[in-house]
Amino acid sequence: MSLKSADIKRIAHLARIEVNDIEAEATLSKLTGILGLIEQMQAVDTTGIVPMSHSQDVTQRLREDIVTESNQRELFQSIAPAVEEGLYLVPKVIE
Amino acid sequence: MINKSLKQLGAMLQGKEISSVELTQEFLNRIDRLNPEINAFITLDKDRTLSQARRADEMLSAGKGTALTGLPIGQKDIFVAKGWRTTCGSKMLETFIGPYDADIIERFDAAGAVNLGKTNMDEFAMGSSNETSYFGKVQNPWDRNRVPGGSSGGSAAAVAARLCAAATGTDTGGSIRQPASLCGLSGLKPTYGLASRFGMIAFASSLDQSGPMAKSCEDMALMMNVITGFDKRDSTSLNREKEDYTRALNKPLAGLKVGLPKEYFAEGLGPEVAKVVQEAIVEYKKLGAQIVDISLPNTQLSIPVYYVLAPAEASSNLSRYDGVRYGHRAKEYGDLMDMYCKSRAEGFGAEVKRRILIGTYVLSAGYYDAYYLKAQQIRRLIAQDFENAFKQCDIIMGPTAPSTAFKTGEKADDPVAMYLQDIYTIAVNLAGLPGMSIPAGFAPSEDGKRLPVGLQIIGNYFDEARMLNVGHAYQQVTDWHTQMPEGIE
Amino acid sequence: MEWEVVIGLETHTQLQTKTKIFSGASTAFGSEPNTQACVVSLAFPGVLPVLNQEAVKCAIKFGLAVNAEIAPRSVFARKNYFYPDLPKGYQISQYELPVVGKGSMTIQVGSGDNAYEKTIRITRAHLEEDAGKSVHGAQEGMSGIDLNRAGTPLLEIVTEPDMRSAAEAVAYAKKLHDLVQWIGICDGNMQEGSFRCDVNVSVRPKGSDKLGTRREIKNLNSFKFMQQAIEFETRWQIETLEDGGSIHQATVLFNPDTGETRAMRSKEEANDYRYFPDPDLLPLAISENDINTVKAQMPELPEAMKARFQAQFGLAHYDANALTGSRGTADYFVATVNEGSDAKLVANWVMGSISAKLNAEDKDISASPISPSGLASLIKRIQDGTISNNAAKQVFEAMWAGEGDADQIIESKGLKQVSDTGAIEAIVDEVLAANASMVEEFKAGKEKAFNALVGQAMKASKGKANPAQVNEILKKKLGA
Repeated sequence: MSLKSADIKRIAHLARIEVNDIEAEATLSKLTGILGLIEQMQAVDTTGIVPMSHSQDVTQRLREDIVTESNQRELFQSIAPAVEEGLYLVPKVIE
Repeated sequence: MINKSLKQLGAMLQGKEISSVELTQEFLNRIDRLNPEINAFITLDKDRTLSQARRADEMLSAGKGTALTGLPIGQKDIFVAKGWRTTCGSKMLETFIGPYDADIIERFDAAGAVNLGKTNMDEFAMGSSNETSYFGKVQNPWDRNRVPGGSSGGSAAAVAARLCAAATGTDTGGSIRQPASLCGLSGLKPTYGLASRFGMIAFASSLDQSGPMAKSCEDMALMMNVITGFDKRDSTSLNREKEDYTRALNKPLAGLKVGLPKEYFAEGLGPEVAKVVQEAIVEYKKLGAQIVDISLPNTQLSIPVYYVLAPAEASSNLSRYDGVRYGHRAKEYGDLMDMYCKSRAEGFGAEVKRRILIGTYVLSAGYYDAYYLKAQQIRRLIAQDFENAFKQCDIIMGPTAPSTAFKTGEKADDPVAMYLQDIYTIAVNLAGLPGMSIPAGFAPSEDGKRLPVGLQIIGNYFDEARMLNVGHAYQQVTDWHTQMPEGIE
Repeated sequence: MEWEVVIGLETHTQLQTKTKIFSGASTAFGSEPNTQACVVSLAFPGVLPVLNQEAVKCAIKFGLAVNAEIAPRSVFARKNYFYPDLPKGYQISQYELPVVGKGSMTIQVGSGDNAYEKTIRITRAHLEEDAGKSVHGAQEGMSGIDLNRAGTPLLEIVTEPDMRSAAEAVAYAKKLHDLVQWIGICDGNMQEGSFRCDVNVSVRPKGSDKLGTRREIKNLNSFKFMQQAIEFETRWQIETLEDGGSIHQATVLFNPDTGETRAMRSKEEANDYRYFPDPDLLPLAISENDINTVKAQMPELPEAMKARFQAQFGLAHYDANALTGSRGTADYFVATVNEGSDAKLVANWVMGSISAKLNAEDKDISASPISPSGLASLIKRIQDGTISNNAAKQVFEAMWAGEGDADQIIESKGLKQVSDTGAIEAIVDEVLAANASMVEEFKAGKEKAFNALVGQAMKASKGKANPAQVNEILKKKLGA
């Protein structure tokens, strides 16, 4: 598949990373190379193969419904970029 | 003293020949002298480090010391440590102070070890040369113009230059083993699930594992006893009976069946590396090993599979870096969208951005089946290759990397060339198996430098004790692992 | 052109667990911002999710309550999108393999002669985590983010597009609201956001089997608004199509002040959520044993209880229905009957006087000043003839006002009715003597005269005579 600069911009938007036209062009060749590498997979017949996400056949362990975490707001917000009255500040979200 | 093993240093501390404070200070002095060039450490906190050393000395005096008490360990800057700046090699976390301790940090603390400092790494663990770190490149102590490997390049360089007694690393596609190979040390990635990922900044969740990097297998066994164990805060952490990884170190190797995958000795392997690895195999025959030819047919496919799965998982794992609650936020921005896009564009380096874009792409509408799903299917085939191989042999050996350390900047512009460095290591992560690299000798570079070559040892699931035994046996009859680079005395 | 509206509902129910779905932070409502946001809730680097066992139990309970398939193996998936109240930049949800599969719920729509039943098919229900909250006005041009709610367990319940009117949609929503409280998985507090409905609405020509393009009305948190919103949206879609326009898929908000629905501005492109299985979590396994354990702990479900009330107590369908409307009402009813009261009498009192008081005072039955044993004691005094029905009403009012228990009030207000045959005979004799003309009228065939005589007798006894006995004795004396 051939990527275009517009594709890069679209993907970058999905990923919330600003990419200007020059960067998009520069990334294009590198990404095309990587995608070429990935294409090798298509040559393999994988009909009926169960996808693998974990090597051990284990299932999810469950946690008891007991409160274990305490209020550490001061510590956690000491490294926040912008906080007021305990709230994290961001540019207003318009619905 | 700087070349002494953890075991030897531990004995000296127990025997009160030296205190942890003295030992730690010695390493801190070396760091002062050598780190400005080598750049193995991103963050140091001498006061904190020495106070840990003092605590260790108290533990030792009270008779409460354990194998690692008082020993200065370098911690890869991927592990969140409370009160320590934790950057993951990125501008995104340049000022991030850890609000809690990772499981691995807690374990080393409980053992009384000393946190010497946070070691340098490729940004967000993405890289094979430590050239993507926001905090600068790391020099390979064996040749300052060459890379130490990555992503645990800082830890590798620190151990190689004897700036610490040992260090921790993480391995997603070879990031412990390949730098260990390039820097002449021993490095081990355990079976997936043995070491908790709680507090390890996530790159690719189904592949990441933490592990020891040290001067010998014996040292690594001591570290494995601390690093591994069930952690209820990690759903992928396995609850198994506690093991003593030193228990089998001295077993004789007679009768050991060693599998050599033909795909690992084919085109792409540098002849100088092949030579060293073959000589190591010969040593193993002398130790009683039986060589078996095996095949891992899907080896080549491991690279495309990895470069679909790892970026996909990473693209999602790195979405939390949005400048809202911590980390880099752009100074100037318009609306919310702008804040996100600028903060992330400024905070991430080029390689990280590339991988996020690839990952986002392969997961995007219409591509999931062709890429992500397909990759997970081939992943199973790759795991099955190993399953079949282990029916014919006990352990698998081969080169860790196709070449010795390359020159800084040589592959930086060509991502694909960089990715091909991982050809022998990646499949191990995909299958979730344990993998180890030990120094097997040296090969001359084109400009006459003596560069380390690593031998990779791959075990079946949970076979780390045997792997360490296999490595230890080799290290009893060779001395590659005790050699130090020039100019670091 | 005749149009048909097609409606499906997606309901997010906050599960009544003490802690969040993937961490041990508290889920208590109303705390200071970000005081219940732990490292996992804040999505710090390196944190990981671990699943809350109680949330799984809640899902199983719901599956059992709607006769649904409960997946032996279900998978958590990441739904990727950026929003400040979503700290990880993805929501952990379930996509291809949800924990609960196909089920159904039967609803009653309308009342009286127009009432009918309909079965609504439930497509699936899955577990996921709630997002945080955005608070406006913290600073000019800025929003404040509170992540206390981030990570609260949700069960998202999705129906097939089976509803054909706003009434059906509201009936379903109300019944679901009752059910999730009945089985104890959700507190149903819509003001606090525990129960949120999104309604998918589309229209099509009547008789067509193709679905029209749907628009989704989000975040309706009252049944009244749901009704209004659906009605407006339906009208709007029909008008648009009749004017030659077309409907575009959109997310829509209801404005309670104007009564109108309007497409949201910023939900531009259809979101590409890039779902993939969450590698930090393992597949959730639920065994037959697990299901049976939960089943054993479940209360009797409303449908079963309704059938039992009809069979065991001979209650009418309508009454059984009303009494099983909420767990609180059913429990109250059963408790009162267990004290020995006649079931039909209890039903009447609960559905009548008690219900009226609760509605007027906007109270839940749990806040009733009269307890089941209190009601039982009142009914006992009716059953044993101590007081008349009229007097009972007075006693009830006094009990509700907290003036004491039944016996105390009967005593203090002197409400004991006279049931002594001799006394009543004497009164009747007096009345007959004093109302000769009425007696004549009755004997002449005027039925109403009888009632008038009863009235006189009651008056003469200052209302205390046992009306049934008055009737009987009067009849006897009149030879009727």
